[in-house]
Amino acid sequence: MTRPILEAKGLHVAFNGVKAADDVSIAIHDGEFLAIIGPNGSGKTTLLNICTGYIRPRSGRVLLDGHDITRLSPRAIARRGVARAFQIPQLFSAQRVIDNMMLGLAATDGLWSAVRRLETAARRDEAMALLDLVGLAGDADRISSTLPEGHRKLLDIALALALKPRLLLLDEPTSGVSALERFPLMEALMSALRQRRITALFVEHDMDVVARYASRVLVWNAGNIMAEGRPDEVFSNAQVRQRVVGVA
Amino acid sequence: MRTLLAAAAVLTLAVLPIAAPWLQFVLTLAIAKGFAALGVAVLLRAGLISIGHAMFFAASAYAVTFLARAGIHDLGLLLIFSVLAGALVGAVAGSFLVRYRAIFFAMLNLAVSMVFYALCAKLYGVTGGTDGMAVPVPTVFGLVLSEPAFKSVLFYLSLGLMVLVGVSVQRYLNSPLGHALAAVHTNEIRLEYLGVPVWAVLLIAYVVSAALAGLGGAIAGFAIGRVVPDFAFWTASGHLVLIAVLGGIGGVPGAFIGALFLELLHSAAVTVTDSWNLIVGMTLIIVIMFMPQGVYGLFARKEASNL
Repeated sequence: MTRPILEAKGLHVAFNGVKAADDVSIAIHDGEFLAIIGPNGSGKTTLLNICTGYIRPRSGRVLLDGHDITRLSPRAIARRGVARAFQIPQLFSAQRVIDNMMLGLAATDGLWSAVRRLETAARRDEAMALLDLVGLAGDADRISSTLPEGHRKLLDIALALALKPRLLLLDEPTSGVSALERFPLMEALMSALRQRRITALFVEHDMDVVARYASRVLVWNAGNIMAEGRPDEVFSNAQVRQRVVGVA
Repeated sequence: MRTLLAAAAVLTLAVLPIAAPWLQFVLTLAIAKGFAALGVAVLLRAGLISIGHAMFFAASAYAVTFLARAGIHDLGLLLIFSVLAGALVGAVAGSFLVRYRAIFFAMLNLAVSMVFYALCAKLYGVTGGTDGMAVPVPTVFGLVLSEPAFKSVLFYLSLGLMVLVGVSVQRYLNSPLGHALAAVHTNEIRLEYLGVPVWAVLLIAYVVSAALAGLGGAIAGFAIGRVVPDFAFWTASGHLVLIAVLGGIGGVPGAFIGALFLELLHSAAVTVTDSWNLIVGMTLIIVIMFMPQGVYGLFARKEASNL
C-alpha cells in the first residue's frame, strides 16, 4: 500500500456527552477512493470537519503527509491541497455560476490582483472545462441561487475541484442529485479524480454508489469504526448489513 | 451607451458652475461626499455597513491643516499625504474592526468614530476644539491663487478625480479581489475553504474605503476652508450611508449620483422653507420606497429597456 496522505490518530470528539469519535484512527492512502458509510448522526461529517480544521478534536491528531494539521484553519488546510464539497452546497449564491468557478480558480492563482479583471479568457476556458466535466456548462451564466438543488451540488463539487486539490473530501456527493444523474455524475467525478490523481474520501448513503466506486469502505457507527475493507468484504459482513445497510 | 451617458453627465457638471456660479461650491461638496459615500458603498458590497466613515473624512481634513502647518503648501502633495493619512487611520481601525460582522461591525465603527470625534473636540491645543482649524489656500504647482480661482481649480480637479477614481474603483470591484469582497457577503465559509484569507480581503477593502472617505474629507476641507469636529460626528457617518443607499449600491456612479441629488435637494429646499428637513425627509422616503435600487437604478433600468 502507498504512503498515507492523511492520517487521523486517536480522535476523541463529543457533543453534549454524545460521542462522535471515540479514539478513532484512520488513514487515507495516495490514490484511494475511501468511502465512509454509517447511520445518520454517527459522526461521519464530524470527521470531515476535523480533517478540514472546522472543529478541533478534544484529543488526537490529524496528519497531512506526516505534518500535524490538527490546529490549522480550514484556509490553511485548503492551501495545503485539501478541498471539500459539502452536504449542503456552499456557493456564492448571488453570483453567476461562471463567476463562482472563476473566483475558485483565482483563489489559487492571482486573487491579489486589484487591477486585472476576474474574467480572463484562460480562466473562463478553465472554468468552462470544469463546468463541462460536471455537466453544468449550459448553466454558466445563470445566477447560482436559481439552480435546482442537484445542480447546486454539482457546482459545489466543481468549486472544490477548482482548488486543484491533492485530496478531496466529499460529503454525500450524490444526495440531492436525481437518480438518472447520479451515476453519470460519479463517472465524471471518478474520471476527473483519476486524471488529476486526486485522492478522495467520501461520505455516502447510497450503497450502490459505494459498492461501485469505492476502493475501500469504512463503516462508522456511534463514534467508532465498526468495519473496514473492500466493498465486497464490508457488505458481506452480517453486522454491517443489519445495522447500516438495513438488510438482514 | 453607459459611457456616453457618464460623459454627458460629467460635461453637464463641468459647465453648470459657468451658468450658475453659486453651484460650484455645492457641486464640489457633493463630489467630496460622493467619494466618502463610495467608500461606504465598497464595504456594503461585503454586506458591511459602517456608521463611522466620517472619521476618515475628518482625519484627512485635519491632516491637511497639520501638513500645511508643517510647511507643505502644494495642493497635490496635501491631497496625496492627507489621503494616505486617512488610509493609515483606516488600516489601524480596520485591523480589528474587520473581525466583526453585521450590527457589531456597524456599532463598533460608530463607537470608534465617536472616540475620534471626542478627541477632536476636546484636544483644544491640538485641534482647536469645537472651533476647529482653518484650512489655508494651498499653492497649485507653485502658483499662488486667489481664493475664488483656487475654488474653481478645486472643483475641476474634483471632477477629474471623480472620473479617475471612479474608473479605478470599478476596476477594483471587477478584479478577483473585488469579487472576493462580494463573496464575503454571500458565503464566507466557502471562501475560507478555497484558501482565501477573508480578513485580508476585508482589510484591503476597508483601507480603500477609508482612503476614499479621506479624499472626500480633504476636498471638503479645502472647499469649506475650515475643519471642525462635526466632520466626524455620527450623523455625518449616517449621512454617508444614506447617500450610498440613496444613490444605489449597485455601481460606482450611485455614490456620486446620491451625493449630487441630496446636496442639490438640500440647496433647493432651504430656499423654500426653514423646515427644509421635511422636504428632504419626504423625498428620501419616496426614493427608498419606490426606487429600491436607488436613483442610479433609474438609469440602469432605462438602459436595460433599450436592449
